[in-house]
Amino acid sequence: MRVKPKKTRIEKHHIEDFLGRIYMSFCVLLLIVIIVSMVYFVASKGIANFVSGEMKVSDFLFGSKWAPEADTPSYGALPFITGSFLVTLLAALIASPLSICAALFMTEIVPGWGKKLLQPVIELLSGIPSVVYGFVGLSVIVPFLRNTFPGQGIGVAAGALVLSVMILPTITSVAADALASLPQNLKESSFALGATRWQTISRVILPTTLPAIMTGVVLGMARAFGEALAVQMVIGNAPFVPRSLFESASTLTSVITLSMGNTTMGSPQNNALWSMALVLMLMTFIFVLLVRMLERRNKI
Amino acid sequence: MQFRKSWIMALALTSVVALSACGNNGNNTATNNGGNNAAATNTPTESSSGSDLSGSILASGSTALQPLVEQVAESFMDANNGVDIQVQGGGSGTGLTQVAEKQVDIGNSDVFAEEKLKDADAEKAKALVDHQVAVVAIAAVSNPDAGVDSLTKQQLVDIFTGKITNWKDVGGADQAIQIINRPSSSGTRATFENFALGTKTEDLQGSVQEDSSGTVKKMIGETPGAIGYLALSYLDDTVKTLNYDGVEPSVDNVISGKYPVWAYEHMYTNGEPNEIVKAFLDYMLTDEVQNGDVVDLGYIPANQMQVSRDVEGNVTKK
Repeated sequence: MRVKPKKTRIEKHHIEDFLGRIYMSFCVLLLIVIIVSMVYFVASKGIANFVSGEMKVSDFLFGSKWAPEADTPSYGALPFITGSFLVTLLAALIASPLSICAALFMTEIVPGWGKKLLQPVIELLSGIPSVVYGFVGLSVIVPFLRNTFPGQGIGVAAGALVLSVMILPTITSVAADALASLPQNLKESSFALGATRWQTISRVILPTTLPAIMTGVVLGMARAFGEALAVQMVIGNAPFVPRSLFESASTLTSVITLSMGNTTMGSPQNNALWSMALVLMLMTFIFVLLVRMLERRNKI
Repeated sequence: MQFRKSWIMALALTSVVALSACGNNGNNTATNNGGNNAAATNTPTESSSGSDLSGSILASGSTALQPLVEQVAESFMDANNGVDIQVQGGGSGTGLTQVAEKQVDIGNSDVFAEEKLKDADAEKAKALVDHQVAVVAIAAVSNPDAGVDSLTKQQLVDIFTGKITNWKDVGGADQAIQIINRPSSSGTRATFENFALGTKTEDLQGSVQEDSSGTVKKMIGETPGAIGYLALSYLDDTVKTLNYDGVEPSVDNVISGKYPVWAYEHMYTNGEPNEIVKAFLDYMLTDEVQNGDVVDLGYIPANQMQVSRDVEGNVTKK
């Protein structure tokens, strides 16, 4: 009598469950292998020049002269590192207020048609390929800057403007989600105390959701930091720390895309580019860590 | 919970081990593949008729040469049904690396292999066999409003090294010069520096670098006082073509050797090419292709050149 129920226990859903588990473990394993191998590959290429003594870490990080083709080559990456940080911070400065306002508009001011209208527009914005942004930047923003400001229009300012439009959807959607998930009773009690809508937004809603909004900003910055093509088209790519926002500059990504294909694998210049890729990757890790820290703070 | 965590750790560990094994094997498999490919393409079809060729060719490298190789590959595949040719971009450096490591059958390059594979890699360059399939000439161009028709070599050197910064110093309008350059690793820039300037230049603060000819042309056409250089096939009315030492950059002047700023487009094979690759490269040099596709796409036929040039840049009359 006891044997019978045991036999009938292996039913179809048990097999499905088992297969599903195998499949999931395989996916997780694959993901781990891919991530570890990428880190390994970039790191092994990136440190090759330091190991061989071709360049020193300090010369690479703080050297301002990039002349890989010269008779005595120097591989200072400071111009690219500063360029990357400059465009990223500027883009975040431009895009954050706009995105937060758009998110507030969608969730607080006119939750009805505001959301219906803005949501698809913002989704569309995030779907536009970066080469299109770059071309629009080159055809619209660069001539505008050239005619309005001294200089040739290309430079950090143009790059930051293009990037700010690109990261707008990221920050907006994260901020909108954060605002929408805010407990209704917080707002209601604020109104009940006689606060105006503006007072509620500025004193209650924004301070409580700030960590979540900052998560969106950091995610946007991570995207801006890694964006290559659009920036490369409008920034000018001169390997110098720019003296003004309207002077040709470079970012880590733009110099990599410019030179990677033209250099032979294993040459010191190629390895120097990989070192920059390593810097980019470490920065991405830092961005991810920041997001994790903000998320921890976010728990209300 | 404890059990699961250790399970994940075990997973991660195994993946790392598997990975390090992969890291060691990666290169081997790549070369093996290349070897297999070569072996496959080597298999003779025991026939003297060219149309009975079968196998595959993989070419990669220079994006400047890519359209020509692609177009010729199409017509070659039409004539030889058994042959499959794939052409990839990636840049001259990539093409040379991959052909030296036998990952591809043909490496396309804008420059001599010896110029890219230097120092530790010099041995690799020796194994490569050069096939010069076309010539590309490069002209200095400026924004049409600069007001200059011709520049001497010395004037160009002074401009690209930053000694002259205004067009009025070379007889043009009172307008600051804006250099639109190529990245220092670019083959086009190497050609321009070698044969127009005769010296390497360093990047100047404020200069612009773009890596595609289309963008360079757009920027020179739009930016007041801009100067740069383009392959002859890109020239049109939006930019002003400058004469070099009084010589007009025209196809005829390049062929006769009067205009010096040109370079070969190379297709490198690792060692002597096998039957199929050889047939393709021979087809590339036939009059049909040289006077057809090559001219149509704005290159200059290599077999019409009345002068030739070696790696060191010495020009000899044919």
